[in-house]
Amino acid sequence: MNIKTAALAASTAMAIPAAAAYAAELNLICSADVVICEKLVSAFEAGHSDISVNMVRLSSGEAYAKVRAEGRNPQTDLWWGGTGDPQLQAAADGLTAEYESPMLGELQDWAVEQATVSGNRTVGVYTGALGWGYNTQIFEKKGLKAPACWADLLDPGLKGEIQIADPNSSGTAYTALATLVQLMGEDEAFDYLGKLNANVGQYTKSGSAPVKAAARGETGLGIVFMHDAVSQAAEGFPVQVVAPCEGTGYEVGSMSIVEGAPNPDEARVFYDWVLTPEAQNLMPEAGSYQIPSNKAATISDKVPDLSQIKLIDYDFAEYGSSERRKELLARWDAEIGGRAAE
Amino acid sequence: MRMNADNRRLDWILGGALLSLLILPWYKVKGGFFSFDWLGDLFSKPDFWPGFFQALIGHWQLWPILLLTAAVLWLRLRVPSGAGRGRLMVRIGAAGLAWMAVEGLAIGMRGWNWGLLESVFGAVQGQPAFGAGAVIVALFLTCLISFGAAERGALKGDAFVLTSISLLILLVSIFVFYPILSIFIGAFQDFDGSFTSEGVRNNIADPKIWSLGCLAGGSCGVAWRTLFLAICTATSTTLLGLAFALVATRTRFPFKKSLRLLTVLPIITPPFVVGLALIMLLGRQGTLTQVINSVTGLELGRWLYGLAGIWVAQVLSFTPISFLVLIGVVEGVSPSMEEASQTLRAGRWRTFRKVSLPLMAPGLANAFLIGFIESMADFGNPLVLGGSGGVLSTEIFFSVVGAQNDPSRAAVLAAILLFFTLSAFIAQRFWLTGRNFATVGGKGDGGSHAQLPNRVAWPVIGVVSAWSLFTIVVYTMILFGGFVTLWGLDHTLTLEHYARAFGISFEDGIRWTGVAWNSFWTTMTIALIAAPLTAAVGLLTGWLISRQSFPGKTVFEFVLMMSFAIPGTVIGISYIMAFNLPPIQMTGTALILIVCFVFRNMPVGVRGSVAAMAQLDGSLDEASLTLGAGSGRTLRRVILPLLRPAIMAALVYSFVRAITSISAVIFLVSAKYNMATAYIVGLVENGQYGVAIAYSSVLILVMITVIGGFQLLVGERRLRRRPTPPAAKEIKV
Repeated sequence: MNIKTAALAASTAMAIPAAAAYAAELNLICSADVVICEKLVSAFEAGHSDISVNMVRLSSGEAYAKVRAEGRNPQTDLWWGGTGDPQLQAAADGLTAEYESPMLGELQDWAVEQATVSGNRTVGVYTGALGWGYNTQIFEKKGLKAPACWADLLDPGLKGEIQIADPNSSGTAYTALATLVQLMGEDEAFDYLGKLNANVGQYTKSGSAPVKAAARGETGLGIVFMHDAVSQAAEGFPVQVVAPCEGTGYEVGSMSIVEGAPNPDEARVFYDWVLTPEAQNLMPEAGSYQIPSNKAATISDKVPDLSQIKLIDYDFAEYGSSERRKELLARWDAEIGGRAAE
Repeated sequence: MRMNADNRRLDWILGGALLSLLILPWYKVKGGFFSFDWLGDLFSKPDFWPGFFQALIGHWQLWPILLLTAAVLWLRLRVPSGAGRGRLMVRIGAAGLAWMAVEGLAIGMRGWNWGLLESVFGAVQGQPAFGAGAVIVALFLTCLISFGAAERGALKGDAFVLTSISLLILLVSIFVFYPILSIFIGAFQDFDGSFTSEGVRNNIADPKIWSLGCLAGGSCGVAWRTLFLAICTATSTTLLGLAFALVATRTRFPFKKSLRLLTVLPIITPPFVVGLALIMLLGRQGTLTQVINSVTGLELGRWLYGLAGIWVAQVLSFTPISFLVLIGVVEGVSPSMEEASQTLRAGRWRTFRKVSLPLMAPGLANAFLIGFIESMADFGNPLVLGGSGGVLSTEIFFSVVGAQNDPSRAAVLAAILLFFTLSAFIAQRFWLTGRNFATVGGKGDGGSHAQLPNRVAWPVIGVVSAWSLFTIVVYTMILFGGFVTLWGLDHTLTLEHYARAFGISFEDGIRWTGVAWNSFWTTMTIALIAAPLTAAVGLLTGWLISRQSFPGKTVFEFVLMMSFAIPGTVIGISYIMAFNLPPIQMTGTALILIVCFVFRNMPVGVRGSVAAMAQLDGSLDEASLTLGAGSGRTLRRVILPLLRPAIMAALVYSFVRAITSISAVIFLVSAKYNMATAYIVGLVENGQYGVAIAYSSVLILVMITVIGGFQLLVGERRLRRRPTPPAAKEIKV
């Protein structure tokens, strides 16, 4: 009896893939906020009834690990969102495929730049600058002055109140590290980070976790991409968003088609669609306040205005390369080491 | 007659093998074998051709398989059954399996997997992963070994038992050993597959793992931190579990029934949820923190984020398991021993200290071991509450998915974690063997347990009440968290989170609009498929271990139990490393999740059935065998019906674990098959606490319902009028 049941169960198990095999499929990894991921998928499926999208939300690090692990036998078609570095890395490893979208002409320069650098293996879909969000209630209660510059974060009154992610695990924190190095020079940057360490209460694993903790009052201030801070403020948390006065770096959220993808045609359909202004206008609705890459997309008034922010000339080629990354991370481990002041 | 049976079963498997070589696709079919899409392209696409034709078009590595099959055909037709033929069959089967393993591992998608072979033998045509044809031939070869052994007269020529054993060995080697092995091979491999030992050398001496700086006031390496945490958690859960067990059996505590209910809750709680509730309660802005702050003016700060917080969450989560282990032991200590002690004029305290406690030693060791392993393997709580440092399981995770992306670091950390859990397991094994703790004799244990002495009873009841209260508060928070708009900010009640997760719209037919439905149905399907399979494999193995004797049985049993001590993160990583490329390719399918659950949870089923079978007298089997039933029939008609509680426990446990486990699953989910826990992690990462908690609450409800359903389905074993002992102690290791 039990063998029959087992056989039946096993055959059902193997039959599951069969059920969905009729319609065209698209396997999508989404590395942005889960809300915008779901919104994009349902909007796409509404307009393309012949393609069913299987979406999984993975952080950009997880996504890169998955695409790399599957390198010789890809299961994923398209990778949308998340910081550009891992996608550039994947492009350099030859894990992603070349594709020149007809939409390229409608995109902002920084988005096209991403495609040019990678030999059309990836393209920019949104951008956002690095900054921080602080909890106004805590700052008020402790009588702290609003930090406007990187230098202000060294205020001894902020002891234990700052959170930033560990650059070993988070692309956001790596962008912050690279930004400071480019802004101040490498030795000065590590000197600064060493002093900042005294104020850091926790190095989180996930890039956007610091501002979520700040929003809930678990910490005073989180160093994150500004759009992550804006979405917390938009939800109603007492978070004030700051662009550092000395200047700051930025990310280019990217998209790539996986080399050897099982459904390349469907991937291209989604690729072109997600670069249209209509698709990109969905982002603020889902609480994602990045700057869209299509010139015609409307920019929400909550989005931090890049023209008001002093941006550094971020060198994606140098700081995205794995040698430079390893070097900086090794130095960070040795000198800062992810040990927060208790 | 004997000869006929030998030939008949050989005919069956030989027929199956020949058919599959001539009809079924040898290699894996893209899009799934059972879609039968391949039937249409069978003639045009050589990829779909069966093994026989593959061999003709240049896959020379299949010729040995064909030759061996032909040899079996010749044996069947020309040689009468007997010891001589049996020996040949065993050899052919073993040679065939070995060849399949060698050629499968050596030749990958694009030709030779190792450069060395290419330079020796020249280029070779690549091959996809094994498909239906190959799987059936592998089963044929395995059966050949056991049938051959049966013809030689091994185990009284019982083919059923022999086949079960060899199939289990095959499965365990493929799904437990091969993945673990590939993790260590992966450590020494570069991205492109070439050998390098640089990563391992760098990582193995990394001060971030081994530093003992905390003794000198600095901070310690992650290995020591994890070990320290695991010892703390194991000690606390054992003591608390013992307190609960004592209260439940040996005091006049009025709420014993609800105590048992309370202990079930944490087992069916998805990971993260306890951590989240603790943040809401004890975080810097947590409810309790605020109350303490306003009453005493104390600034509690962020103590929760770090080892202390993980410890609290783990004690909350694992105490019930320790309770379930210990209650059986505490009940099992024979009252006559205690009565004897009291008759000899020892006081109640002295009796408790000198007689009862020492007799509970094996149970305490078991509970400690389980707490230790669970804490080591725990992933959800450290992820939420980890603070800056993290523990081994999270470090493994982030060394694979993090920005540093270092598989050799993951392998080194996994090896350390494995070393810790396995040494605990082995230490416990050696400590317990050779001692006799049996107090339940056949007869005359009629007495009732002595009440606890007062000086033990009151503190124990105090601790238990306080902890129960804490658990209740934590779960109230969980329930409440799903119904408030924004925790910590806007506490107006709302159903919005439930609507977002589980919305249904009725315009043009039912549409499952909620965001959770997709992962919810996948989880349910997979859990419901995995549960009976786990129970079946576990019970079969348990039966083999307790009722059959065969050479190597102790090793077999030890190895099976060992797989319990492998932490989930290690399993997840090893599965993705082992099963992403030919010869066996399962990543991105539902099958990999099911297989992972079956082999991860099987040890519990084994333990359960071994324990239950120990209570069934062997004369029952003998009676059935004497009356002419085969061993398969005896198992089916006599033993299985008597094992209902064990079946029930195995079903429930594997179902619940399939729903609540996260550490292994997070690596194995794919766009198409996303599991509830992996989805909830995403929600937590994005700060969507409301929806995460709503989803978890629904899962808890569903689990309670399904467990009730299982209970009705399996029914109770009716032996005599005495109430059956609690099914709970099946969780013993």
